[in-house]
Amino acid sequence: MKKGKDGNPAPSGSDGAQTRREFIATAAVVGAGLALTGGLTEHAEAGEVINDPMAVKVQVPSPPSSIAVELNVNDKLEMVKVDPRTSLLDALREYMGLTGSKKGCDHGQCGACTVIVDGKRINSCLTFAVMYQGKKITTIEGLTDGEALHPMQAAFVKYDGFQCGYCTPGQICSAVAMLNEAKAGCVSAVTPDLACAKAQLTDAEIRERMSGNLCRCGAYPGIVEAIKSVAGV
Amino acid sequence: MKLFTYAKAGTTAESAIQEAAQKQGAHYIAGGTNLIDLMKDDVMTPDHLVDITALSCSQIEKIAGGGVKIGALVSNSDLANDPYIRSHYPVLSRALLSGASAQLRNMATVGGNLMQRTRCSYFYDVAGDCNKRKPGSGCPAIEGYNRMHSILGASGKCITAHPSDMCVALAALDATVHLAGPNGERKVKLVDFHKLPGNTPEIETVLNPHELIVSVELPAPVNGHSKNWCYLKVRDRASYAFALVSAAACLEMEGGKIKSARLALGGVAPKPWRAVEAEKLLVGKNADEKTFKAAAEAVMKTAKGYEHNKFKIELGKRTIVRALKVAASTGGMS
Repeated sequence: MKKGKDGNPAPSGSDGAQTRREFIATAAVVGAGLALTGGLTEHAEAGEVINDPMAVKVQVPSPPSSIAVELNVNDKLEMVKVDPRTSLLDALREYMGLTGSKKGCDHGQCGACTVIVDGKRINSCLTFAVMYQGKKITTIEGLTDGEALHPMQAAFVKYDGFQCGYCTPGQICSAVAMLNEAKAGCVSAVTPDLACAKAQLTDAEIRERMSGNLCRCGAYPGIVEAIKSVAGV
Repeated sequence: MKLFTYAKAGTTAESAIQEAAQKQGAHYIAGGTNLIDLMKDDVMTPDHLVDITALSCSQIEKIAGGGVKIGALVSNSDLANDPYIRSHYPVLSRALLSGASAQLRNMATVGGNLMQRTRCSYFYDVAGDCNKRKPGSGCPAIEGYNRMHSILGASGKCITAHPSDMCVALAALDATVHLAGPNGERKVKLVDFHKLPGNTPEIETVLNPHELIVSVELPAPVNGHSKNWCYLKVRDRASYAFALVSAAACLEMEGGKIKSARLALGGVAPKPWRAVEAEKLLVGKNADEKTFKAAAEAVMKTAKGYEHNKFKIELGKRTIVRALKVAASTGGMS
């Protein structure tokens, strides 16, 4: 509810009627109260209608059991207490304040949430934070060296590797890990000879290897150029 | 997403099986790329997740007789990039690399790939009917938008297609799946691991309750298969899309004739489809267009198209012919 300068609730809209925002806030508070009641009352069954002024049938789940997990992100250890349903992406963004990794589709299809775990790029939206204790996680925030941009970040700026920028942290994390994969001799679906020691990073190879990162602005030509400049090809 | 409890199993399969057997509605989780996606949409609603990522089955080992034992927790990328797999079972490497994205392949495991559920949009739509999700509720795909669905092996109860690329190659390579369960260990041929829908589309594999995939075994590599092979995936986009039709072909050639043949298909059936009849037709024949077309016709003899996927019958034939042509000549890239 809105607060006045003195900290007391401010009067509602000039005509005394509740604004839409206030109504939603009030309803949310009532809802939370019901959930709490349900959780504490022995006889309240899940799905039962409990003293409901708005005649809304509420689901009353038992209070979520949080799990403490120590995450190693960008070389810093942090203990977070999370509901087991929390994705690694949500833990990074909502619990650790690392909002560089983005939530696009939240289903592992767009790559905006890409982070690097133990040297490998993954979709942080499609995994649970509780499974990541003891692993070394690097996000876009961890790629910079103080104020200095990572070479891949600088290349994205130089070669117009983005327009709106929403997919960019994922693109950059993905590109950094991809070049390490290529260095290690990893092949792709378009590598002509799978038995080769090291595939040549052609445009086709870069595009195939980066296909898990979508850019709705269509900045792909710039992204490919940026990656090529860092790879030195 | 429905709330669940979480426990991490130790290093042995027994510890995981015990943990799963103790809890109602338990489900194993490793890479989670398919399970979590389905949990987010409430298609799958486990009460208890048993994290099996600490199990000691993440190695690729050569075994006596020249075969390979692939731990169930080996990631799709690690398997695809393994030097021995790349040189001796290249069809498997290419099939793996043709699936999903680099990020997903880094997370997804071999065991999880075998356990992938269908991508049928009606299966994902919890507001609607689906015989897999709600047995007996009906299959809207049969009369609905069925462009991605099966033309072989479907039933009046379900026409979904199996989404895996890896399994198509494993079917062609005669792989065996090793299982551990409350009653001990057993082995199942990969081609017998998945079940056709029949009257029970909700039963997708031969796994018993709490049974766990521990490894996948490949028999010793066949000499010709490192040269005369092809995995051809035909899809709507050049990358990062499920197959409309895919074909894994491995041949042994002898003086211009086919000595032995393996052929498996993806995107066309509710399970990885090994085309045994077509293989028999190929043996002893000249590696020419006529032979390949006859094999393709044999595969599609029993094919049944639906309103939006009839094209897959002709596409399937052409895919088979091209995959066999590539395998018989240069091998590798199509």
